[in-house]
Amino acid sequence: MTAIPHTTGHHYTTTGLDHRKIAIWAFIGSECLFFGSLISTYLIYKGRSVVGPFPHEAWTNPATGETFPPILDIPVTSASTFVLLMSSLFMVLAHASVVRGDRKYSKIWLAATALAGATFLGFQAFEFTSFVHEGLTPRTNLFGSSFFILTGFHGAHVTAGVIWLITLLFIDFKRGLRPADAINVDLCALYWHFVDVVWIAIFTLIYLIQ
Amino acid sequence: MATTVAAPPRYAVPHTKYERGLWSWLATVDHKKIGQLYLYTALAFFLIGGLEALIIRQQLKGPNGTLVSAETYNQLFTMHGTTMIFLVIMPMGAAFFNYLIPLQIGARDVAFPRLNAFSYWVFLLGALFMNAGWLFGAAPDGGWFGYAPLTTRQFSPGLNIDFWLIGLQILGLSSLAAGFNFVTTIINLRAPGMHFMRMPIFTWMSFVTQFLLILAFPIITVAVTFLMLDRFFGTNFYTITAGADPLLWQHLFWLFGHPEVYILILPAFGLVSEVLPVFSRKPLFGYPVMVYSGILIGFLGFGVWAHHMFAVGMGPIADSVFGVTTMLIAIPTGVKIFNWLATMHGGSLRFTTPMLFAVGLIALFTIGGISGIMHSSPPADLQQTDTYFIVAHFHYVLFGGSMMGIFAGTYFFFPKITGRLMDERLGKIHFWLTFVGMNLTFFPMHFAGLNGMPRRIYQYQANQGWDLENLVSTWGAYILTLATLVFVWNFVKSRRSGAVAGRDPWGGATVEWSIPSPPPEYNYAVIPTITSRYPLWDAKSPELTADVPHTPEGEKRTDVSVGGKETHASFKGPSDTRMASEVAHPSAHELGIAMPTATIKPLLASIGLTVMFIGLILKNNANYQSLWLPIILSGVAFFVVSLYAWLLSPLEPEHH
Repeated sequence: MTAIPHTTGHHYTTTGLDHRKIAIWAFIGSECLFFGSLISTYLIYKGRSVVGPFPHEAWTNPATGETFPPILDIPVTSASTFVLLMSSLFMVLAHASVVRGDRKYSKIWLAATALAGATFLGFQAFEFTSFVHEGLTPRTNLFGSSFFILTGFHGAHVTAGVIWLITLLFIDFKRGLRPADAINVDLCALYWHFVDVVWIAIFTLIYLIQ
Repeated sequence: MATTVAAPPRYAVPHTKYERGLWSWLATVDHKKIGQLYLYTALAFFLIGGLEALIIRQQLKGPNGTLVSAETYNQLFTMHGTTMIFLVIMPMGAAFFNYLIPLQIGARDVAFPRLNAFSYWVFLLGALFMNAGWLFGAAPDGGWFGYAPLTTRQFSPGLNIDFWLIGLQILGLSSLAAGFNFVTTIINLRAPGMHFMRMPIFTWMSFVTQFLLILAFPIITVAVTFLMLDRFFGTNFYTITAGADPLLWQHLFWLFGHPEVYILILPAFGLVSEVLPVFSRKPLFGYPVMVYSGILIGFLGFGVWAHHMFAVGMGPIADSVFGVTTMLIAIPTGVKIFNWLATMHGGSLRFTTPMLFAVGLIALFTIGGISGIMHSSPPADLQQTDTYFIVAHFHYVLFGGSMMGIFAGTYFFFPKITGRLMDERLGKIHFWLTFVGMNLTFFPMHFAGLNGMPRRIYQYQANQGWDLENLVSTWGAYILTLATLVFVWNFVKSRRSGAVAGRDPWGGATVEWSIPSPPPEYNYAVIPTITSRYPLWDAKSPELTADVPHTPEGEKRTDVSVGGKETHASFKGPSDTRMASEVAHPSAHELGIAMPTATIKPLLASIGLTVMFIGLILKNNANYQSLWLPIILSGVAFFVVSLYAWLLSPLEPEHH
């Protein structure tokens, strides 16, 4: 019989993996269903709005004669999508820096990831406010409800990710992230990549497919 | 075998401020204490939900009942269903997950002890939130399924639905957090040698249940979030005039709701699968098939949701597909029933109270399962839907199935939890009263339903062919009330002065019976190495397990460790008659085992979360127009600060 020594600090795990690594995969699986439900609702309600504005078609209000152009601005959102996708690259570089114990670049890439995430959020804030000015709110029609809630929840996830990154950056400045801390960055990275992948689905289904 | 604790590393003496009294419960991160909290809370809600059922039955005892108004009746049946599902059967499951899974897999705690405490507190606060409606005379009244658009602000303007949907949202967060925790625990904290195909079957069924939880609850979270946004912020998800689909809620709800019924039944299946082999003195018949059928039930559970919606007119193709998938589920479920019977076949049966309840489950669940197959056929369902036939069906599967399994598990594991046995004589009275009362209550509902009695009516006219059925049902409910009182009396009395159980009062086969009852805080002084599915039987009565696969390397049988002493095959039967608390066990500190430090931070975080939701429910109240947002924001701030304090403090005392 193999005895399990009371090792200091590290506890025995069956798979040898950190508990948190397994938990975050379970969490991501759960999140797939969460975003899956939001995206399905968006698709079910696509084209069912009684009044405009619409995402891809112009709409004239029969009561006032006012005309609303298609509301989605694909070039602008393509730019923000590019920024978000780049952030995943920065995230990989940040993780690699922590693994090899590079204290300088770990800070640079963590900051770059957080900054790219924040830039994406800035784009989203701009998009939301301009939609509201053009007459689309979550109350306007089914498109407004399902669009704002889906992309809003995605934005909330990005926000949580940025806070997580800033926390890591703060710890890095305070006491330095050592290679032994790589798991903490790894968890954040898994989450961050997942949020990115969700955006690829959203961008394709909402913005690109008409 | 290596020595136990050659040179125990020194840990700081744990904080003593949370060691006894109320604080020891508020700050606990011990899975055994949290399991007990779930158990007592669920029992309290069982009494409340039962009282609601009793009032319903009293109202329907005869034609034109006048005990309660239609409004109160709506609240009663809504809260009865919601309470029994979310506040009784699910937390009863959670009680057993918490108490048993770490013991059964040979672990000292769950993977995330503080998250575990958080799950419980969120559950408790959500349950209280949901029931707070009673204090305002506005308990939820839209049914446990809360169909939108009926539950939108337009058709349900009061606070009733607000309490329901916010309460449900809070409870969902609790279940999700617990799901991630137990998935990780079962994957990552199994003792050496505890391969998946050696896991006790209760842990296996719980494992499947955790996947159902983490995959089904996000869907209801989205559905409820839509309803919340519609009700509080004027979005259009369920606004029919804006073009919304009146079936959106039903699809999302039942996509969650059907896996949910397996969340309710699989833990009970697991519990009886533990009880039957022990009292048949035979290994579980077809263990691998039991595991696979449990997994298959989990998978198929996601593909049958629309059988709740045959009456909405989905068309012949959808109806046929969902009818067929529903019938398919009967196969793995039937496999389980036959395997239980085969386990008992030829065994030396001992009809103790847990065994009676386990056999009761087989009988009653089969009746409920068969009526379920009846309405898996859309034409038959169109006749039966929304009648008391359906009420009879789901009470046979939930009361006859889940509750019977939970009672079996309670009697079976009570000695492990408390160190004392429940009274067998009272237990048998409880069983027979329950068995008779349950059939008397629910069997006549089949006939009332087939004779056309609709569900959710608070009064009915005389001479429609339902009078006798309702009268009998109500008398059955009286007997069930009596049965419950006997159970509560037995529980309270046995907890104080029941016969001392010792480690293994039943002759159990799995490793949790090798440690003292109740177990010390660290469970296992040395993590056991597992060599087969039935380590204790290997040691004590190897003839029972001769046909069960063992570890390939020879005939090595398990060593189990008790109270810090290494003992080979250290089974001690009922002759071990001292309470565990009377035997001096070395403390975790003395053994050099680092246990998680007690902390109230998870409780604080759950309070922050609840305050957030209290702010939301105040939004539409004119008196709080200026206050609701500050309350939400302070809840968020409190939550975030507690969460950071929790995450940045170490789990265990610092190593010296």
